[in-house]
Amino acid sequence: MSSVSEDPDTGIPPAEVPDLPPPHAHGFWSRWVFSQDAKYIALQYSGTAIAIGLVALVLSWLIRMQLGFPGVFDFISAEAYYQFITMHGMIMVVYLLTAIFLGGFGNYLIPLMVGARDMVFPFVNMLSFWVYFLAVVVLAASFFAPGGPTGAGWTLYPPQAILSGTPGGTQWGIVLMLVSLILFIIGFTMGGLNYAVTVLQARTRGMTLMRMPLTIWGIFTATVMALLAFPALFVASVMMLFDRLLGTSFFMPALVEMGEQLSYGGGSPIVFQHLFWFFGHPEVYIVALPAFGIVSDLIAVHARKNIFGYRMMVWAIVIIGALSFIVWAHHMYVSGMHPYFGFFFATTTLIIAVPTALKVYNWILTLWRGDIHLTLPMLFALGFIVTFLNGGLTGLFLGNVVVDVPLSDTMFVVAHFHMVMGVAPIMVIYGAIYHWFPLISGRMLSHRLGLIHFWVTFIGAYAIFFPMHYVGLVGVPRRYPDISASFVPDSVATLNAFITVAALTVGAAQMLFLFNVAWSLARGRKAGHNPWRAASLEWQTPEVPPRHGNWGDELPVVYRWAYDYSVPGAPRDYIAQDDPGHRASWSHVP
Amino acid sequence: MSIVLGFVALVAVIALTWLWRQGVAERPWLETGAVTRSPSPGGQPTGRTGLGVFLIVAGGLFALAGSAVTMRMGYADWFEMRLPRVVWAGTALLALSSLALQAAVFAARRGDGPGLASWIGAGAASMAAFLLAQGLAWARMAETGQGLAATPGASFFYLISGLHGLHILGGLVALARVATRLRRGPGAAAPAVALCTIYWHFLLIVWIAMLAILTGWASDAAALCRAILS
Repeated sequence: MSSVSEDPDTGIPPAEVPDLPPPHAHGFWSRWVFSQDAKYIALQYSGTAIAIGLVALVLSWLIRMQLGFPGVFDFISAEAYYQFITMHGMIMVVYLLTAIFLGGFGNYLIPLMVGARDMVFPFVNMLSFWVYFLAVVVLAASFFAPGGPTGAGWTLYPPQAILSGTPGGTQWGIVLMLVSLILFIIGFTMGGLNYAVTVLQARTRGMTLMRMPLTIWGIFTATVMALLAFPALFVASVMMLFDRLLGTSFFMPALVEMGEQLSYGGGSPIVFQHLFWFFGHPEVYIVALPAFGIVSDLIAVHARKNIFGYRMMVWAIVIIGALSFIVWAHHMYVSGMHPYFGFFFATTTLIIAVPTALKVYNWILTLWRGDIHLTLPMLFALGFIVTFLNGGLTGLFLGNVVVDVPLSDTMFVVAHFHMVMGVAPIMVIYGAIYHWFPLISGRMLSHRLGLIHFWVTFIGAYAIFFPMHYVGLVGVPRRYPDISASFVPDSVATLNAFITVAALTVGAAQMLFLFNVAWSLARGRKAGHNPWRAASLEWQTPEVPPRHGNWGDELPVVYRWAYDYSVPGAPRDYIAQDDPGHRASWSHVP
Repeated sequence: MSIVLGFVALVAVIALTWLWRQGVAERPWLETGAVTRSPSPGGQPTGRTGLGVFLIVAGGLFALAGSAVTMRMGYADWFEMRLPRVVWAGTALLALSSLALQAAVFAARRGDGPGLASWIGAGAASMAAFLLAQGLAWARMAETGQGLAATPGASFFYLISGLHGLHILGGLVALARVATRLRRGPGAAAPAVALCTIYWHFLLIVWIAMLAILTGWASDAAALCRAILS
C-alpha cells in the first residue's frame, strides 16, 4: 500500500524533480519543422503515418481488383501483385500501425496523461520523428527504383527475398526495404526511450503507477515490448543486407539458380524465421496493447462508469506482454520443427487467450448497466470489441498445430490477421481520433459524417473479411495473384468479386473521414473545455488545445485514479483526477 | 534462441520486481488524496533511467546476435574460429579503458579535477586503441583467408565486432561531449562521467560475452553444466 495522506491540503509532498521549462522554439524551423514539442511531433508522426497508410490503402484496392476480377486489369502482372501485397503488409503493420499508436498517440497522450510538461528527452524525440520520416522516404523511394519495390511478402523470407525470381530481389527493392526498416528501428528506439522513461520519471505528484489511465499502461507496455522485439528485426535486416550486398551466407543455403550454382552456401533460412518472428509476434501485441488501453478509456468515459477490474486490466496487459515473447514459433509450425516444440508453442499461444479474454469480459462488464452514450468513440470501441473477439477466436483455431497445418498459407489466415490486427486496431485509432480530436483542435468532428464513416467501415469490413474465412476453408492459398484456372469452385470467384466491391466501398468511406477532418478543422462545432466530461488528466489543462508546456505555471497534483465516474454523492457525474475536493466512497457502495 | 530468452527472462524478473515494489497490487478506487511517494523509481535521475533502458535495448540486440550464432553453430559446416592474437590485445585495452573510466569516477568523487580529465583522456585513448586493434584484426583475418564471406564464423565476427564498434563510436561521442563540461569543474561533469562509465562496463561485458560465444567457450561451458547436472 502506498502512503496516502488523509488531508490533501497539507499532505502534498514537494516535487522531487525540478520543474524545468521545455525547450522553447525560436524561429520558423524550430517551431514548425524541427519542433521539440511532443504534441507537435505526435501530429507529424500521425500525418506521415496516415499519408503512407493511404498508399497502402490504394495498394489494397489494387490487390482486391486483381483477386476479384483476374485478368481484367492488364497493368497488374504477377510481379506487380507480389509487390503490392508486400508493400501493403509492411506499410500497414510497421509504418502505419506501430508509428501511429506509439509515435502518434504515445507522443500526444503520455505527457498530458501523466502530468508532464513534455517528453524527458525532447531533442531525441524530435530526432526520432525525422529518422522515421527518412525511413518512410526510403520506403517510398523503392516504388521509383529500377525493378520497383520488393515483392518478397511482408515476412521477407530468404532465400527467395534476395534471388532474381522475386521482384526487387537482385535489384534495389529489397535493399531499400531493409535500409528503411533499419532506419525505422533506429528512429523508434529514440522515441521508445522517451515514451518509457517519461512514464517512469516524469509522472506528476500523486500519479502513482496504479493511477495511470489504461491508455498509458497499454502504450508503456507496448513500448517496452517494442524496445525488446525490434532489435530482432534489426539484426535480421542487417544480416540479410550483408547476404544481399556483401555475399555472406547468414541465411542463404547452397543454391542453383537458372542452372547456375550461386556463391552462397551453408546458411539457414530458419534462423531468419526465428529472428523475424521473435519480432513479428510481439509486434501483434505492440499494436494491440495500446488499442486495449485506449478502448478501455473510451468505454469508461462514454459509458460513464469506472472501468471494471482496473487491477486485472493492468496485470493482463503486463502478462500478455510477457507471454507474447514465448509464442513466436507458432508462425513456423510448417517449417519442420520438432513436435515437442510445436506442443510447447501451441500451449503458450492458447494461454495468452486467458488474459485476453479477461479483458474482453471486463469491457463488457464495464458496459453492463452503464450510462452508454452511443457517441462515435463508443461506436468504434464497440466495433473493436466485436471484431477483436471474432479475430481472436479464429486465432484459437490457428494456434493449434493440427488445425494450423491444413489452414497454413490460406486466405483463412489472411482473414484472421486482418480481423485481429487490421480492422480491430483501426477501429480503435478512429475511436481515439473522434475522442481526442476536440482536445487537439478545439473543435468537434461532424457526428453525421462520422456515423456514415463508422457504419460503412464496420459493416464493410465484415463484408470483406467474413467471407474470406470461407474462401480460405475451401483451400484458396494466399499470395496467389490468380486462382481462376485451378481447383477452387466457381462460387469462390463470385465471393471474391463481392469482397472486392466491399473493399472499394470501405476504402472510399475513408476519404469521407479525411474530408470530415479537413472540414471540421475549419468549420467544426467549437468543443469547449472537456466536451466528453472525462476525468483523466489530459482534459484538465488550463487551455484547450493545450499550449507548449501543457500546464501553465504549475504542474497538476493528482488525487485519484482516472475512472471516478458516476460516483454516488458527487456534485457532477465525474471527478477529475486533479480534483482534491470530493472523496470517492466506493467502499460503501454494495 | 536460448540466449535471448534468458535475457528476456532477466528483464522480465527486473521489471516484475520493480512493478511489485511500485505497488501494482494497490486498489486505486479506494484511495484518494495526494500520495507521498515520489514518482521516479527510487528517486533516480532521469539520465540514469534512460541509460538503463537503452542498455536493455542494446543488450537485447547483442543477445539476439549471439542467439543467431548459436543457432548457426548447430549446422554441419560450422567450424571453430581461429581469432588473430591482436583480438586479445584489443580486449585487454577495452578492459583498461573501463578501468580508466572507473578511476575517473573516483577522481570526480574526490573532487580531483586534473585527475578526472587525465583518466577520461586515458579511457578515451585506450578505447580508440581498441578500435584500432579491431581494425587490425579485420585486416589480419582477411589476409589469412577468413574474409567476410569466407566462413560462417568469420561473417559473424565481422558483423558482431562491427555492431559493437558502432556502439563504441557512439560512446566516444558521448564522452567527448562530457569532456567539454570539465571546464565547469569536476562536480558538473561527475554524473555524466558516471553514466559513461556504466556504458563502458557494459561494452566490455558484451564484448567478452560475444567472444565467449564466437570462440565456442560458451557452448563448451553450457555442455559442461549440462553434463554435471545430468
